[in-house]
Formats: sequence, structure tokens, C-alpha cells
Amino acid sequence: MPKTETGTPKMKPRPIVRLGIFLISHSLLVCVVCCTAGVLALLLLPLLAKNTYISENALMPGSASSMISNRDISEANRLASDLSGLNFEPQDAAALESRGILTKYMSDLGAEVSYHKFHHKPNQFHPLHFFSSPDSTSSVKNFSCSAHGLNTVGIIRAPRGDGKEAIVLVTPYKFGKRGATYKFGKSGAAETLSLSIAYTVFSLLSRVTWLAKDIIWFVADSQYGEYAPVEAWLRDYHLPVFTGLGTLNADTCIKIDDLYVFEQKSIAQRKISDGFRRAGTMAAALILKVADRNELLEDTLNIYAEASNGQMPNLDLINIVNYLAVHRQGLRVKVEKVLTLLDSRWLEILGEIFELLGKVARSLNPGWKFGISAADYIEGSATLASSLYYQALGIPTGPHGAFRDFQVDAITLEISPKVFPHNKARHNEFLLRGGRLVEGVIRSINNLLEKFHQSFFLYMLTSPSKFVSVGVYMIAFALLVAPLPLVAASLYADANQLDLGVKNTKSTPTATASDELDITFRSWKWLYAAREVFLIHVWGAAVLLLPYFICQIPNCSPTSSTVIWVFLSMLSLLILYLIGVSPSTHVSISQPEEKGEWAILKSATISVVFIGLLVMSVVNFAAAEIGALLLVPMCLMAQPLKLDMKVGKLRSFLRIICNVVLGFVAFPPAAFFVVKTIFEGFDSIDMGDFWNWMESLWAWNSATYIYIGMVHLPCWVLCIHILLHSC
Amino acid sequence: MELPPRWAVLLFLLLSSTKASRSAVDKEEFQEELLLKPLPDRKVLAHFHFESRAPRNSNGRRHLHLFPKAISQMVEKFRVKEMELSFTQGRWNYERWGGFDTMSSNNAKPPGVELWAVFDVPKEQVDASWKNLTHTLSGLFCASINFLESSTMYSAPDWSFRQASGHLRYGMLPREAVCTENLTPWLKLLPCRDNAGLSALMDRPSIYTSFYHSQRLHLTSNASDLEGLNPGIVLEQTLTVVLHPRSQRTILTHISESYLQPSWSLSSIFGRKVNGRCALAKSSKVYLQLERGLVSELKKNIGSEGYDGEANFELSVNPDRVLKEENSRHGIGSSLLYEFSVDKYSNSKPFDLGLTWKFPVIWSCQQAPLHAIRFLMGSGNERGAIAILLKSTDLNDSSPGADRSSDGCELHVNIFQIVPWYIRVYYHSLQLFVDDQLKAVGAFVEKIHVMPSKDKISPGMMEMVLKLPCGVKSAALTLDFDKGFLHIDEYPPDANQGFDIPSAAISFPNFHASMHFPSNDSERKSPMLSKFQESSPVLSYTEVLLVPLTTPDFSMPYNVITITCTVFALYFGSLLNVLRQRVGEKERLLKSKATAVKTGRPSELLSRLSAKLRGRSQEPSQSPSESSPLINSKLVLKVLLMAALAVAWQYYFG
Repeated sequence: MPKTETGTPKMKPRPIVRLGIFLISHSLLVCVVCCTAGVLALLLLPLLAKNTYISENALMPGSASSMISNRDISEANRLASDLSGLNFEPQDAAALESRGILTKYMSDLGAEVSYHKFHHKPNQFHPLHFFSSPDSTSSVKNFSCSAHGLNTVGIIRAPRGDGKEAIVLVTPYKFGKRGATYKFGKSGAAETLSLSIAYTVFSLLSRVTWLAKDIIWFVADSQYGEYAPVEAWLRDYHLPVFTGLGTLNADTCIKIDDLYVFEQKSIAQRKISDGFRRAGTMAAALILKVADRNELLEDTLNIYAEASNGQMPNLDLINIVNYLAVHRQGLRVKVEKVLTLLDSRWLEILGEIFELLGKVARSLNPGWKFGISAADYIEGSATLASSLYYQALGIPTGPHGAFRDFQVDAITLEISPKVFPHNKARHNEFLLRGGRLVEGVIRSINNLLEKFHQSFFLYMLTSPSKFVSVGVYMIAFALLVAPLPLVAASLYADANQLDLGVKNTKSTPTATASDELDITFRSWKWLYAAREVFLIHVWGAAVLLLPYFICQIPNCSPTSSTVIWVFLSMLSLLILYLIGVSPSTHVSISQPEEKGEWAILKSATISVVFIGLLVMSVVNFAAAEIGALLLVPMCLMAQPLKLDMKVGKLRSFLRIICNVVLGFVAFPPAAFFVVKTIFEGFDSIDMGDFWNWMESLWAWNSATYIYIGMVHLPCWVLCIHILLHSC
Repeated sequence: MELPPRWAVLLFLLLSSTKASRSAVDKEEFQEELLLKPLPDRKVLAHFHFESRAPRNSNGRRHLHLFPKAISQMVEKFRVKEMELSFTQGRWNYERWGGFDTMSSNNAKPPGVELWAVFDVPKEQVDASWKNLTHTLSGLFCASINFLESSTMYSAPDWSFRQASGHLRYGMLPREAVCTENLTPWLKLLPCRDNAGLSALMDRPSIYTSFYHSQRLHLTSNASDLEGLNPGIVLEQTLTVVLHPRSQRTILTHISESYLQPSWSLSSIFGRKVNGRCALAKSSKVYLQLERGLVSELKKNIGSEGYDGEANFELSVNPDRVLKEENSRHGIGSSLLYEFSVDKYSNSKPFDLGLTWKFPVIWSCQQAPLHAIRFLMGSGNERGAIAILLKSTDLNDSSPGADRSSDGCELHVNIFQIVPWYIRVYYHSLQLFVDDQLKAVGAFVEKIHVMPSKDKISPGMMEMVLKLPCGVKSAALTLDFDKGFLHIDEYPPDANQGFDIPSAAISFPNFHASMHFPSNDSERKSPMLSKFQESSPVLSYTEVLLVPLTTPDFSMPYNVITITCTVFALYFGSLLNVLRQRVGEKERLLKSKATAVKTGRPSELLSRLSAKLRGRSQEPSQSPSESSPLINSKLVLKVLLMAALAVAWQYYFG
């Protein structure tokens, strides 16, 4: 702000500038207020959740009566008994046999059946392929014949449809891998049950006349997990490779001949082409599973929706499932929650406080209805926490994640029966309920003329029927992040002894020539800080790439990998420090002032944190939110310990403690272990867990991995650097 | 007084001319026929064929007895040489219902509306004629065919679709919903409508719950007999329906070991019977066709050479004639045609053909040499690719291989594809994979003609002749495209559904589907059989594709207006503010205030004036530094007061 040298009354700056200056000069207060408000807003989110509603009118869930009949169910039972009646002695033969049975049943319904071969390749970290997730070229090379699977795909063409769109129904099924344990193990039975539900629906849909979209029933060969087959199929569906692969597969690995032999035996003699069959653009996908655990109270339905990088399917899809399950089929619908939060004391107290506040507000004005009961609050925040965590993690919670990568809305429905149905009537009732639910959902989607676009895509669930939309949960993040630029500006101004025109209007003496030089020199001092920040970020990127090399070491346990990783990171940091960052290079030039150097460094750090968090909030909001919770207080508090030591007052002592605690908590591995200890108890701690966790992050191409390496870790190092700064 | 003789002469001339024409073959006539054909997947194909002929007259002012006047006027006015309009719902299943016979190449149509027309006008007038024709047809058939008028919707293929250099226009509306409102005007063109004759079978519910129905109108007109054809207009109306015999449905499902074909009768699939022929029709016949594969399968079952195969099934009505295909090329078998004449049936004795199967029989239809699949590749709103995959169908070499061995082993494939302009296809990115190997395009493409799209003017069109080796297993073509942006008012209703790419037509010019049946010379051959005899190249259509495009949020115009207005207000406000002030104005102003020199500026004058009017001496203007605390405290007070008022209001009245 240039000052007029004349004695005339000072020029008044523009109001917006004045406001800015005011905020910057009171940055400490703003910090405290904003951060508290941010945390409070986050805690208030369960209160602010709205009830879900079906936004797209065309969906019309539950407006038609269900058409599933007992005949469908008895057919499904026949399929199940045929499958379970198989002789499981040679595994391959059993797999072949069961696949054949399934194929026969499907084609008897008039569906077009085809097989889809895929090669399971374990997730390999490759730094260059990080964000190019659905790439087709990498799958061509080096597969081994041992790791192949064969999915079965049945397609019902809508009788009068034009075949432009399709609805996908996925049931994971382990072909022939159940072995002798099948007879007693539940998992096989559960999978067969999910298969029967899907078959019930499929058999109904092959008869109905109202279909407008084709139905694809995809029986995923889940011997390599549920995600891999779905992902491989979707990739072949959307990004087929025309060169070479097809012939190679057929010749080397799969015994297609056997399949044909089997088909010849069947009376149908229908040709099962090994060609890839398609239907049009996918409108939505449902993944149907039956859980092998028993519920205590009633049949429940678990909904999993989180896809990679915190993407969610359209809220309407969850709404129709929830609506049909609750109001038509009487299922209890659940979404994932953090169970340990349910009996945490502080949350209960908080809930009671909010409840009380709500009561007070209601007594003042009956129209104010923002209070919810403490129990609801705890439920809501436990669900919200899990929603936030899974979105932040960026790892899909099921095979539906693969669909989201191709812009298809998908959710996983996991039905868990109350008692595992052994008696016939109970079994049939369960099939009927599950079948009706899936039928209703498919019918709703079938009603849809346009693709899902009406409802929210950015939301978090606090219960199956309540959600927090982006407009609300943004507030918490915005409040947390808002003080960062202010503090950065005020620190910079302080360090450069800039006059902001408000604090000390008269004290500045007139500038002499030597001072001017000093000022110009000082105003460029931030470059040193920027260089340091940049170098640390480069180090962060290097740390990110280290696992790629560590992976190459054979026979490395997770624990030792962690140790190697930490050691290498420290080593590289040390080298970097010795080469470039050491303060001695420029400390001699600029005279250390009372606040100077570390303040500028802190200002630069805070700016980088601000930018990093904002960018991350666009990529994955939840990760940015959690990151902001950890980083922002640490960055704002950071101050050289030496300074506080010198003062020795209670206030500075408290600040030291705060700094140390925050510095510890914000360190990613420390944060991981702290959270793990809180939720799982101290004895389950293992060094290798952190490695596994990070490995899963990069294996799933989660942006959170990049965030941790490129934003969080460097900023933590810089903050520690500030704490240990020799002023 | 001179009038009557002239009249008489004219009348006489006219009468004699009609008499002359009536004595010749080409008088107005109408024939109706129905073909029934069991399909391998338990369905039944019903194909109605109505043909009306009218002699072409020179002066164009003749009274028409049978031929629909609307059509003849249309032909006269727009000089249509040949035209075909089809309304289709559902998809023709080339794998199960056959892809290598006249039925599929002529009557399997892409979903929605397809219209092509050849005009007999100079090239520069073709577009105008087309536009008028679309409007006429739109009115005639209660359909939005007029959308084909815009130049973004139609194109002019040169050679791939039909040989008609420059006079052919071709357009498709894949999203047109087809219903009874289109069928009724179509039936109106028949002399008996649906009151008598075979068309009385057209029970709307059974037709519109069918798996596929395509109503087609084909028109040929020859102005003169230069080409050796009779001059006149031939109107061919066909309705092809694939039905599921319903009555048997409940019994046969879940008896999976019995693969008995469902038995059906006319009354069970249509719910109606034929009560005699249309009195105006020259002939009225029903045919039952057993195709080649079925006949050979039946023979196998019986083990005898007799072609009747009656042991396998039973007909409720004895056929009048049995025609066997004269087959020279295909060694597999020849199809059978049972002919029934409806002439002898009446109200009291309705015609109800029934077919009862006795033994299970499984056969498959003849397939086109290559099965074409078209699909989209890629995801997202930015770009994608169209892929056309041609797969060899002869897995168990049941398809006719006769031509292939003789023909120097080359398989010609014509591909004709129209792509709307907002799908910006990069034709240079054409890639060709033959037998899973990337091949140079030039090696296999014999001829290619590409018309790139022009934004909002014309669609892109690709015509191509592929020359593939005949042992080819698969061939794939890919074309990359970018998705364009539309102007907000160009979006159709339900824009979020996505946008259609109309079907591509794939034809095989050196494969001809034709069936020859022995003709007895006593009467003229039935129009349908002569149609079968015409050798037409095997043609198939691919699927319609749905491309999701970026769509604006139509539900938020208000938000957009608000945001735009805010931005404009902010921008222009600050711009005006900057423009209004001269450099250093503020400092000078402050300086002048400090020196307290009162100049005659209008604002000062005004304030002084107002002060005078109020009868008070003017207060000296306060410097802002002094006034600010005062204002602040006042402001705070006001705000507090307002807040208190608001709280009170909320509390008592809220």
C-alpha cells in the first residue's frame, strides 16, 4: 500500500481492500473462530442431513405390482439343487459342469449366452499408469494361463426395445472352487442363493413384455475376487482389443473344446459363441450378493456405493433401492458405519447437547426442527464417519466401483438373511423377497428414459434415507481452509515488516536509500522459502515412487517393506537437506530478524497447503476434508520450539505441547496407527499394516495416495522443520 | 350446339382407352398375400404382402378405382421413381431369424423410420422434392417424417446403398415411436382397409405386442416402358410381424427336455380368423413356408426322400398346392411352400390355418456370410469410437459356401453409415483389423467415399467396399470421434438420454438371396413369389447406437440467469467505476477538501442549496477519519435494533 508523502489526509482504500486488511491483521482471531466453526460444522452435519426423496419422477418405484411367481422360484430352486448336486471331485470338471448347467438354464429362457475369458493380473504399481486407469494396452502382455477365469454372460433382449441401453445384474459366483467344504461351508450356499435370486428375476424378465432395455446377467467368476472379473469384462466391453489377444487365449488357456463338448451333450444344441456379446449403453448396474452371516433381528440389506476416489452413484439409485426394500419388501436397510463410534462416550455427550439445544429451540419456536435425538445423532455420525472414510480412501467398496470408472451408476446390494434358510418355505420366501426387490429396482430403471442425472452425485449418507449434500458439507471444509491464506498473508506482511495501513499508521519513518535496498532484498526473500518448499515437495514425489522399487525386492514382508521405505525416505531427506535446503546457504546473507525467516517459510508452507487442499477437494472431497482436519491446525500452530522455550510462560508451554501433539498426529503413519489403536485396540498393531494400507491405496489408483505423498507428507516435514527451526 | 358431339367423342375416346388398357395386363389390380413361417426360436413370422398396381397415365387426370389417390398424386407431383418407407419397432434377430433370405434382406429394417427415395428430376431439384415428399408423407402417416427435411438428417449415398447416382436421398429417424396411429393410415391405402380379406387379421394388440414388426411401403413408378417394364405405379405394402404363439407358452416352459415347437393357428397368434378374401383383390393367398434348414432337418428325421414331411407336423387345412423351391445352387435342401387360397372361405366357414408339431425339431436359419455388430468404444463425455465388427458366421459351415469357392475367394462387403454432425468422426483414424491383426486400410478397402459432416449443415457419411478374403474369421473397423456441443435450443426433449447414431447398412453384393418357385403359366405369378425371385443382395442393418453427450442442466435456467447477471453487474460496475475516475482524482479531491476551498462543484452547490432551503447554515464537511467511529457506532446500534426486531418478530409471529 503506497503511502502519500504529503501531509494531506490519507487516501481511503476501497472497502473490499479494507476488509481484507482487517481480516489479515486479525488473523489470529479469524483462525480460531474459523477452525472451531469448521470442526463444529463437521460435527453438526448429522443434524443438517436431509431426508432423501426420489428426484426423477420417471422412476416410479413400486408403482407396479410384482410379477414374480412361484414358478420362477421353483425353477430357481431346481437350478440351485442342480448346482449343489454336482460331484466336486475334480475341480475343473465341476467348474465346467456347473457352468454348463447355468448356461443351459439361461439359454432355456431364451437368453443369449456367452462366455467371457479374463486373465487375472495382480495389481502392479506402475508410476506411469497411475491415472490412466482403464487402459487396455497393459492387459495384453504377460499373463499366465493359471490365472484365468471364465465369466458367464446371459443377455435378454428386450422384445420391443431398440437395444440402445442395457441394465446389468451381477452375481459373483465361485465356479467349482468350493471343493469338499461346500457341503458345510456357508459361502457356497450363500453364493448359490444369490444366484437363485438372480435367476428368479432373470426368468421373470425373459417373459415380461414391458422391458425397454436389455438385461445383462453377468455371473462373475469370483475365484480372483469380485472386482477383477467385473473390471475385466467392463474393459472388454468398452475398450476391446482387436489385436492378437483373442486367438492367443483360445489356443493356450481355455479348453473351449470341452465347453462345446458339453454343449453338444445338451439337448438344446444351441451354439454358445465364445464371441463377446454386447447390449447397448449401460444405464445402471446392480451387484447382488447374499451375505453368509446371519442377522439377529430380520432380513437386512446392506448397500455399498462408494467407488474409486470417492465417487458415488446417483442418489436416486440408492433411493429406489431403499424405498423398495423398506416400504415394499420390509427389509432392514443398512449402510456401512463405524461400529466403535456407536458406543463412544464423547459422541453421546455431544448428541445429548445437540438434543438439548434442539429442545430449547423448539420450546422457543415450534417451527424450528433441527434437533434430533442423541441416538439418531450417534447413528448418523457413525454412518457419516464411515461414509467419509470410504470416500476419502478412494478404494471402491465392491465390484460396483468398476462400473463407476465407466460412468455407469452401480451399487452393491448385499442381502443377509435372518436365519440361514434351510427349511423350504423360509427359503422360498427369502427368494421371493430378494427377487421382488431386484425386479422392482430393474423395473424402475427400465422406466427411466434418460440416464440418471436428476439427483445428487456429491453427497454423504448419514443413514439409508438421509443424506448431506455437497452444499452443506462444503461449509465445514471452507471454514477450515479459509484462515490459511489470511495467515499466510499476515505472516508475510509481518516478516517483511510491511505496513498494511491499519496497525501503525504513523510509526513508519521515511525511507532512506539504504532501507530501500533492504526492502527490495527482503521482498525477494520468499524465494528461498519457496525453493525449500519446492524441494521438499520433490522429495515427497520421490517417496511416492519408492514403493515401486521396494516391490521389486523379492520375498519382502510388509513389515520389512515399511522399514525399508521409512529408511530410504529418511536417507533421501537427509541427502536433500545436506545438498540444498540447509539454511546456512542464505542465513549469512540476510540478517535474522525477530520473526523473519521461519515466518516466511511458514507462510509459503501454508500457501502450499491451501493450494493442495483446494485441488484435492476437487478430486476427492472427503480426503481433502480429513486432510484439512489434520493439517490445518498443525500448520497454523507451528512456531519454532526454541522461541517458546525461551519465553517459558504457561501459554508458550501449552503451545509447545499442542505443537508436539499435532505434529505427531498429522504424520501419516502415526495417524494411521492412532486411528487403528482407537478402533481396534493396541495389540493389533503391526508395522506391516501401514505398508498394506498404502499398497492398497496405490493398487487401486487412489488419488489419496498422491495426496499423502505430494501434499500431506511434505507439509508435515515443513512444519516439523519450522518447529525445530534455529531462529 | 357444338359441344355434345365433342363431349361424346371425348367420352368415347376415354372409354375406349380404358377398355384397351383393361384388356391389356396393366390395369389397376390389387393382390393380397400372407406368408407364415415358423422360426427356429419358437416364434412365427407373419408377412403380409399387399400389392396395388395402377397404370401410369399420361395426362394424370384419371379416376382411380383401387389405387390410393394420395399415393398416385404424390408420385405425380414429386416425380418419385422409387421410394421406400418403413416403420419398425423391435430388432430383427439376424442370428435366429435368418440373415440370408429375401425376407431378411428386404423386410428387416432398422428400428424407427427409414425413408429413401429416388427422384426422376434434375439433380439440383432433388433436395426440394425430398423436402416436399417428407412433409407429404408426414401428413399421410401421422409421423414426424418431416424432421427428415432438415439437411442434417439425410444424405445422398452414391453407390453403397443403391445404384442411383445423385437422385437418391436417404434418411433415418431411429427414435420414432411406431404405433397404431401409423398403421391406420397405412391400412387406409388398402382397398378393403382391414374390414375384409387378410388384413382383417391385423389385431392391433397382437401386432404391437410382437417381438418385431415392420410396416413398409415400397413404391416403384415407371414413366415409360423403356426399361422393359410395364409403365405404371406399383405400390407394395408389407407388414412383417414376429409373433410368439401365446397359448402354448404356459405349457412349454419348464418342460425343458421337450423341445417341441409350439403349435399355433391363425386364431391363436392373431386372435382372429380370415373370413374370406377382400372382394376387390384379384387373388388372396396364404402361404406357409418351411425354410431350407427345417426341410432338411425334417427329411433327416423321416429318413425318406419325400419332401412332404407331414409326419412331423399336421396342418389343419389341406394346402391347395405345394411348391418346392427350384434349387440349383444350394445343396442343402430347398424350402417348401404350402399354398392356400382364401377364395373359398367365407364368414360361415372361416379360414384358420393351424400347425401342430408332433416331434421336436431343431434347425437353424441361414446366416449372412458375416454377422455385423456395431458398438461404441470408450467412455466419458469427450470422445469415443465407433466399431463395426464383422464376424464369420459359418462356425459349423452350414451357410452356403457355393459362391465362395468358385468366386476367386473374395468377399465384398458394402458398408454405408450416416453419422450426425455432433458426432465428429475422424475418418482418417479408420483402423482395420482383419483376423485380429491390424492391417493397412488400403489393402482391403476397394472403394471408399467419405463425406465429412459439416456442423449444423450436413451429417457425415461413409460408403465403403471392403474386399476380404473369404476365409476371414473376423474383421473390425474402428473410427474415432469427438463429441460436439449443441446449442441449447438444438437439444431434443429428453436430451439426457443421449443421441442416436442411426443404423449402418451392411450388404454383400456378391451374395444374392433369391428363391425360385416353379410357376405355372396359367396365371400370373403371385407378387410375393416374384419378389422372392428377384435377386437382391444380402443386406443387414446394425444396431442403433446411443451416445451420451454433455447436456446443460436444463432445470436451472434461473440459476444461470442469476449468476450471469451478478457477473455482469460486478464487471460493468467496476469497469464504469474505473472509467469514470481520472488518474489521481481521489488524491486531488482529498487535497482540495483539506484546503477547504469551496468550489462551485454541482454537489457542493446542491448541498449548499438544500441547506439554505432548510434555513440552516451548512455544516462543514467532516473528514472521513473523524466521522468513521461515529458512523460505526450508529451502524452497530441500527444493526442491533434490527436484530432485536427480527428476533421478536420470529418469536411472536414465526
